[in-house]
Amino acid sequence: MRDDIINAVGLTKVFNGDVVAVDHISFSVREGEIFGFLGPNGAGKTTTINMLITVIKPTEGHATVCGYDIVKQAGEVRNRIGVVPQEYTADEDLTGYENIILCGDLYGIPREVSKKRAAELLELVELTKFKDKKVETYSGGMRRRLELACGLINRPRVLFLDEPTLGLDVQTRAAIWDYIRLLKEEFNMTLFMTTHYLEEADALCDRVAIIDNGKIVKMGPPDELKRDLGGDIITLEIQAGDVEVANLIEEIPSVKEVKKQDNTYRIKVEDGEKTAPMIIEAIRNKGYAVTRLSLTKPTLDEVYLEYTGKSMRDEQGGRMSVWSQRRTIRKARA
Amino acid sequence: MEPKEDHQEGEGVMQNQVSTNPLHGLGALTHRELKKWYKEPIVLFISVVQPVIWMALFGKAMNIGGIFQNPAVPRAVAEELMKSTFGTPDYFSFMAVGMLSFVTVFTSMFSGMSIVWDRRLGFLGKVLSTPVARGAILFSKIFSAVIRSLVQSGIVLLVAFLLGLRLGPSFTPLNLLGVFAVLFLMCMGLSSIFLLIAIRSTRWETQMAVVNLLNLPLLFTSNALFPTSIMPEWLRMISKINPITYGTDAGRQLLLYQTNASQLAVDFTFLGIFAAIFSTIGIFLSWKYLSK
Repeated sequence: MRDDIINAVGLTKVFNGDVVAVDHISFSVREGEIFGFLGPNGAGKTTTINMLITVIKPTEGHATVCGYDIVKQAGEVRNRIGVVPQEYTADEDLTGYENIILCGDLYGIPREVSKKRAAELLELVELTKFKDKKVETYSGGMRRRLELACGLINRPRVLFLDEPTLGLDVQTRAAIWDYIRLLKEEFNMTLFMTTHYLEEADALCDRVAIIDNGKIVKMGPPDELKRDLGGDIITLEIQAGDVEVANLIEEIPSVKEVKKQDNTYRIKVEDGEKTAPMIIEAIRNKGYAVTRLSLTKPTLDEVYLEYTGKSMRDEQGGRMSVWSQRRTIRKARA
Repeated sequence: MEPKEDHQEGEGVMQNQVSTNPLHGLGALTHRELKKWYKEPIVLFISVVQPVIWMALFGKAMNIGGIFQNPAVPRAVAEELMKSTFGTPDYFSFMAVGMLSFVTVFTSMFSGMSIVWDRRLGFLGKVLSTPVARGAILFSKIFSAVIRSLVQSGIVLLVAFLLGLRLGPSFTPLNLLGVFAVLFLMCMGLSSIFLLIAIRSTRWETQMAVVNLLNLPLLFTSNALFPTSIMPEWLRMISKINPITYGTDAGRQLLLYQTNASQLAVDFTFLGIFAAIFSTIGIFLSWKYLSK
């Protein structure tokens, strides 16, 4: 228990009496790890983060951050955490430097201290050159870096990052990943992040929890989750299929499982490179034509598909979250 | 479970210095609000020019004294009629003080808008995740509205002097302080009300509708533009609970009239209670309702 810096038990949030955003989730995060919440929009990631950072109160269940209760000792929690919200919350009318100092003031950090830290942090996120420019002139990557710096002004023990790379281009995203890794190494900071980019969770997180419809459906290190899937996946499309084809495929010894979706089969196999030709042959012999075949080594994508039964695409979120995401993406690409 | 010591010693883990002042952040948040105003030349210009335009156009166009400038009405009678109705021989002076209230009402009303924007833009969420007192979030909005409206009122008053406001017999420069104190209380109470309306809102459209619905009724049910003595009974009853009536009356007592100390005391008491009640409710509800 002592190594768990975040501990949630039966955490639940119901909005307006009947919309269950987060449904009795329990998990713990160890000190010093990067823990990722992975799921589509509307799955309950942001709601969970908002409960942990004490912005909203849970309907049921409880959680501790740094050993303090998020409801009863919210002030203690707030002093020890840093938050990088999904949105660009820096005030556009102020300069980058003014924004960091403002954050320092909100934490009640004495000015001499926050000035020194601001200079260090601007250096860290490479914004020193632009510190006296208004934030409205910043690019998406610069804004995100500024948010990172703001979230670090109080030297938090846990940093919460909500969709840290939403809407950023691939290069900028990789740069942000580097900063995140740096934070972990340099400050031994615990990072709790949400993302709906599977490759992001894969690249950064020590452990991930897959969240769907407000519930955690699977939790563990990315590698372990992939290994648990057991082998490669062949996706096969044939012209006109019936049950017989599925049976046919299943007869091949190295095939573990066949799932059918319309004319597409998801086949879990061992040693995909050798099994694929065998499958094609078997189907051809019965007079069916294979129109498309792909072989994938397991990624979190497959893990996700496996446990939620659907591919990761955006789901309908609330009015507020749709707005905020659109706004974030717009600014990121400005 | 024992909470761990604040920060363990070791590489990269530093001692956090945190203020114990429950009001920390209030100054920073208020300053942020005001920066948006004074650092934006166009916004500043418009907010200053708007009341001046009102003053000059509305005040001079509604030349009620002109009605009596008729050969059929003896000059002394005209003066007496004006004085008994408005308490001063000239409507422009009467209305100019009403305009001070007008500026205050408008500035207060829009304070609710900024909290809606902060919520929508995510800034509010970020502030809520910091140890800032919830009351300070609300109060920064109230104070910035107060400061803005005092600056604007000061300009309006200056322009009114230039356009011919006639000061009363008992005016001393000290009375100006009284006028600003009155406006302070009125703005504090009114902006608390409008912030309370906005405290959980995510739609600025709703706020706009509320402002549009309330602004003119609030003014017309007060003595800001017209004396309540010649209003129908039911309207006068309403004006008696309208804080703008008291604010405007206090302004006139201090600037235009032979000051009636007991009436002035009533005005100040009413406004003081009004501001205290609504700002207290504001603090209380912001702890409860700022976070969902």
